[in-house]
Amino acid sequence: MDKRFYSQPGDRIETVDPVLVSRYRRFTRANHWVTAASLIVLLLSGMALFSPSLFFLTGLFGGGQTTRWLHPFVGILLFFSFLLMFVQLWRLNLPRPEDVTWVGHIGDVVKGQEEKLPELGKYNAGQKFIFWAMSALIVVLIGSGVMIWEQYFPHLVSIPVRRWAMLIHSLAAVAIILTFILHVYAAIWTRGTIRAMTRGTVTGGWAWRHHRKWLRELAGREGRGPAK
Amino acid sequence: MTNPWTDIRNTDLVVVMGGNAAEAHPCGFKWVTEAKAHRGAKLIVVDPRFTRTASVSDYYAPIRPGSDITFLMAMINWMIQNDKVQWEYVKNFTNAAFIVKDEFGWSDGLFSGYDPEKRDYDKSSWDYVMGDDGFAQVDMTLQHPRCVWNLLKEHVSRYTPELVQQICGTPKDRFLHIAQMIGECSAPDKTMTSMYALGWTQHSKGAQNIRGMAMLQLILGNIGVRGGGMNALRGHSNIQGLTDIGLMSNLIPGYLNIPTEKEVDWTTYMSSRSFKPLRPGQTSYWQNYSKFMVSFLKAMWGDAATAENDWAFEWLPKLDVPGYDILRMFELMKAGKITNYFCQGFNPLLAFPNRAKLTEALSKLQLLVVMDPLETETARFWENHGEHNDVDSAAIQTEVIQLPTTCFAEDDGSLVNSGRWLQWHWAAGTPPGQARRDTWIMSQIFLRVKKLYETEGGVLPEPIVNLTWDYADPNEPTAEELAKEMNGRALSDVHDLKDTTKLLTPAGKQLVNFSQYRDDGSTMGACWIFSGSWTEDGNMMARRDNTDPDDAGMYPNWTYAWPLNRRVLYNRASADLKGKPWDASRKLMEWNGEKWTGYDVPDIAPTSKPDEVGPFIMNQEGTSRLFTRGMMRDGPFPTHMEPFESPIANPFNAQMRGNPVARVFADDAAQFATSDEFPFVATSYRLTEHFHYWTKNNRINAALQPEFFVEISEELAALKGITLGGWVRVWSKRGSVKAKALVTKRLKPLQCGDKTVYVVGIPLHWGFVGAARKGWGPNSLTPFVGDANVETPEFKAFLVNIEPATGEAVS
Amino acid sequence: MDPNLDSPRTAAANPPIQPMPANLGAGDVIRASAMPDLAPPQRQLTPVAKLIDVSKCIGCKACQSACAEWNDTVPPIEENVGSYQNPSDLGPEMFTLMRFSEYENPNGDFEWLIRKDGCMHCTDPGCLKACPAPGAIVQYSNGIVDFIHENCIGCGYCVTGCPFNIPRVSKTDHKSYKCTLCSDRVAVGQGPACAKACPTQAIVFGHKDDMIAHAEERVADLKSRGYENAGIYDPAGVGGTHVFYVLHHADQPALYSNLPEDPRISPVVEGWKGITKKVGLAAIGIAAVGSILHGLLGRANRVTAEDDREAEEYVEHSLPPGRS
Repeated sequence: MDKRFYSQPGDRIETVDPVLVSRYRRFTRANHWVTAASLIVLLLSGMALFSPSLFFLTGLFGGGQTTRWLHPFVGILLFFSFLLMFVQLWRLNLPRPEDVTWVGHIGDVVKGQEEKLPELGKYNAGQKFIFWAMSALIVVLIGSGVMIWEQYFPHLVSIPVRRWAMLIHSLAAVAIILTFILHVYAAIWTRGTIRAMTRGTVTGGWAWRHHRKWLRELAGREGRGPAK
Repeated sequence: MTNPWTDIRNTDLVVVMGGNAAEAHPCGFKWVTEAKAHRGAKLIVVDPRFTRTASVSDYYAPIRPGSDITFLMAMINWMIQNDKVQWEYVKNFTNAAFIVKDEFGWSDGLFSGYDPEKRDYDKSSWDYVMGDDGFAQVDMTLQHPRCVWNLLKEHVSRYTPELVQQICGTPKDRFLHIAQMIGECSAPDKTMTSMYALGWTQHSKGAQNIRGMAMLQLILGNIGVRGGGMNALRGHSNIQGLTDIGLMSNLIPGYLNIPTEKEVDWTTYMSSRSFKPLRPGQTSYWQNYSKFMVSFLKAMWGDAATAENDWAFEWLPKLDVPGYDILRMFELMKAGKITNYFCQGFNPLLAFPNRAKLTEALSKLQLLVVMDPLETETARFWENHGEHNDVDSAAIQTEVIQLPTTCFAEDDGSLVNSGRWLQWHWAAGTPPGQARRDTWIMSQIFLRVKKLYETEGGVLPEPIVNLTWDYADPNEPTAEELAKEMNGRALSDVHDLKDTTKLLTPAGKQLVNFSQYRDDGSTMGACWIFSGSWTEDGNMMARRDNTDPDDAGMYPNWTYAWPLNRRVLYNRASADLKGKPWDASRKLMEWNGEKWTGYDVPDIAPTSKPDEVGPFIMNQEGTSRLFTRGMMRDGPFPTHMEPFESPIANPFNAQMRGNPVARVFADDAAQFATSDEFPFVATSYRLTEHFHYWTKNNRINAALQPEFFVEISEELAALKGITLGGWVRVWSKRGSVKAKALVTKRLKPLQCGDKTVYVVGIPLHWGFVGAARKGWGPNSLTPFVGDANVETPEFKAFLVNIEPATGEAVS
Repeated sequence: MDPNLDSPRTAAANPPIQPMPANLGAGDVIRASAMPDLAPPQRQLTPVAKLIDVSKCIGCKACQSACAEWNDTVPPIEENVGSYQNPSDLGPEMFTLMRFSEYENPNGDFEWLIRKDGCMHCTDPGCLKACPAPGAIVQYSNGIVDFIHENCIGCGYCVTGCPFNIPRVSKTDHKSYKCTLCSDRVAVGQGPACAKACPTQAIVFGHKDDMIAHAEERVADLKSRGYENAGIYDPAGVGGTHVFYVLHHADQPALYSNLPEDPRISPVVEGWKGITKKVGLAAIGIAAVGSILHGLLGRANRVTAEDDREAEEYVEHSLPPGRS
């Protein structure tokens, strides 16, 4: 079997007419949605505790006491769920030379002028940024979160450290929410993307347009076809 | 206390030595705080430990446990050397001028007349030279070499600041600083108060410790004045009442005596109790002894006590020994000579010394009855609690009956505080479960015993069958009935003694006070000193009027103080020979030319002229005593005696061990240790968070001080490799305990000559029942010996060893 | 509430026998946690204060006992860890604690400094500032800072916010506890239970002005006894406190079991509850709204028919025959 550079096991061309390319396995999709759901719960419960104007959000979880109790446990769920995703995705999110070119043409990205961009593997630099930003922020959040977890770790760190943990947790939370918005927005703006996480497949055109190298590698693996 | 608690706020200097007032008497200590805050008073603490009292003191000095007499005698010496003497007071109000017999003397730490075989003194030489007029001879110039003053001066001359440093371990500069501060109080307008407690009493020479300070106070002119006095801080809310009411084997209520077996009849008994004045014109109030005694006997046996049968004197028990104190009781119990023991409101298994001996003694009983509102260790002495009470239950055949009683808050009655105030209280709750009042329980026993005597007869049934029991409900006399009985009432009309036509109190009425007590059978009264507390005007103890003329701190209409609602004992001594107050700003009593007036009830006949009658009316001299004649077993002056267990030999007599006249049982003598084997000095004490062994039953108190610990210095910890909060084993020749180590700077090693003395502090609040963690009391370690005069056990100075322990105690 | 009744002036008085309504309530709240738009109070009560005169304190723990009795808490029966300090720390069942420290002063004299620890009732309370639960922490116009437990969510932010390390969250009901300055007693004209129980009047209670005057007298007395640096500890960094100390060594508060030198709400906490909250929320809001607007108004990145065709061609080319 040839070595994969731009794809990972499970990625394959499912049908030819029309072309449908399998992008995420069922397991990965479930993993993603558990992570996503956790993040949304964390976001809502966290925001409720962050600002008085959003405290009403605790109503979603049955009140302040439940929100306070729930948030850190969901945080742990998120952490491990994301860890699983990380194990699956980290290799293809490593930066590559073409990412630099892509970032250099960020204006074209925003304008949707993909023809001016280099051919890409499974992820573009934006997606990679989201991945690494999420990874880093989740580590920061789980670390600082445990330090301020009153119920189980009231004496883990000194109060001055706890104050810093509190501040860092809030800053990281803001950052992760911004990242999250970017992620969701990009997924919606780039039409045809969401089905990758729902049905698991993308259309050939989508793959051709956004991740051509990925498509080429998959096609090549299927047919040993035209060497690039 | 000579003075009330509230009077402490009038003082200029508080000396807390032999006690830890802030710790053990925090509520009373408020008056020290008041004196400090509003009079600028200073507080001195002398204690082996830097105590909670020391934490708010102005000056602190350490002292080796059991060396107080040296400190106090040296203080008196310094006062004399530096002319810090209230001369007018000393000359007129003490027996300084009295001439003492030539045979009296002191050498090698002993007074004249010592008999080592009997461990007792022949006290015949300890007395005044009597003149041909029948009175003691005096030299008011204090020039006579044999006058008390010169004997005292010579006696204390041995006690130098250097000797203090050597014996007490108190640094010389600290001693001298304190001497300066105390010396200021010899001025007539400066007063010092002494607050002491069990730190002085719980020694084999406890009474002499207290005398030492009393003498110092007399020399400074501080007895009978506002802000002065000898203030014994009583350790229980009603322990003053206990002694007042004579709950000791040798006493009758009001400090009258149980006859000895030599006093076979009334005449013999009274022959040694005439209390003839030793100086002309003096009051010697004890001359009324027969009135108090006859009224007591009438209270006991009513109509059955008649002039013909000597007021039923023969029905009183007669002592074959000086007293059946607790130590003797357990000694007899251990010897199998006491088989039944009633233990009422007492936890001897933790409160008496040498617990191993106590357990052995209790195990030999046939019957132990424990009357207590709380679960006590004594009631459970037979129960195995692992290391904490390692007994073989199966081998103990004692039958134990627990009778739950009410506690103070479930009863009406009066408590007598340290200031002799009889304070009436009302029940605040109903007794739980099957708890009954002690009076109900005792009545039930009495009524049944009486019935047995009536139906079956027996030896000497009269004291039982004739006992007055005229209560509305014979099953349960009320507190009111008992209080009225103690006050006394007229059995027939009581007339004025001088004007017999004048009716004072008609038959059946409550007596006004003990001045109406008679020895002709016309009055009854169970406790003469309490007389006046429940008159025809009602219950004086229930009064709650806190008006205080001149802010004197006397509060004359608040409850009732014995005797006669007098707040300061010897208060006539607050004024000079002309009857003018020593300090006009602190007037207590004043002679107005005809009678004594002031803010207190005069402690003298109101018309006694100031220059004729001495202020100390209870004494035959009319003065106080710097020299006590033969009234104390261990000497007319205090002399330094080491504790029975001490790391240091008595510098006056290296062969002398402890108090040479203290009673020691043979088995206990064998259990005294030397410092070769047990190098460290231990002392025991209370903590403020607890009250003895009661409050460990209370969750909150248990939380505030949960676990048994011992306190040691950082130096001793280093010496023995003991860590803060670690387990240690402390053991003496009599027992062993395990405790947590509290390593502190508050307990420094003392340098006594070339000897470094390390002190181990052992608080006393833990046992094996209750809410707090299981532990021990210091009594597992303490020696079985008491004070030579009153048998208070030597809990404050003994020898132990200490080492780190592995693992906590198991039970 | 009776508008004519004001704060009590002493803890020494006994309560009337007749029942009386509480004279401290919602209408006296001047600040409440997470409620920026609180209605102004109906009246201004005279500020109260509890003065703890460390120089009069004998460490008897009557205050601790009275506190537990009044608040009906059950402090734990712990081990002895080599100290008189029991329980070993403040707790949800122990709102006040005597802290003991041993100090050898430069003169070579030993001092045993005993300080009653507990809520200081700051004028600028860090706990209230940090608290995310609306109305869980309130400040009354008399200065008392009180925890309203039915609103508490147990997050422990108050612990983070407090400059004195006072609040403790219960493991049982997950609510935060601390001294209430006996607001329930003050409401009926009484002083705090600790002040009432204190045998030496080391703890006194009343109007803050009176307490300051009293404290100044005490400082003068201490100075006359050689404590040159005696003074009042009423730290300005938190706007002054409604529990304050007289110290013999006011120049070294840290001697008293680490009483903070210059307590103030930590800048970190200020940063968290201030700028972070504002800027963070703004950023999130802008990002969210911006995305939505851009999504609605902007042109999406769509796959074109050309893309599909090219992909199809490429794939068909690549695959072995027979796979379609």
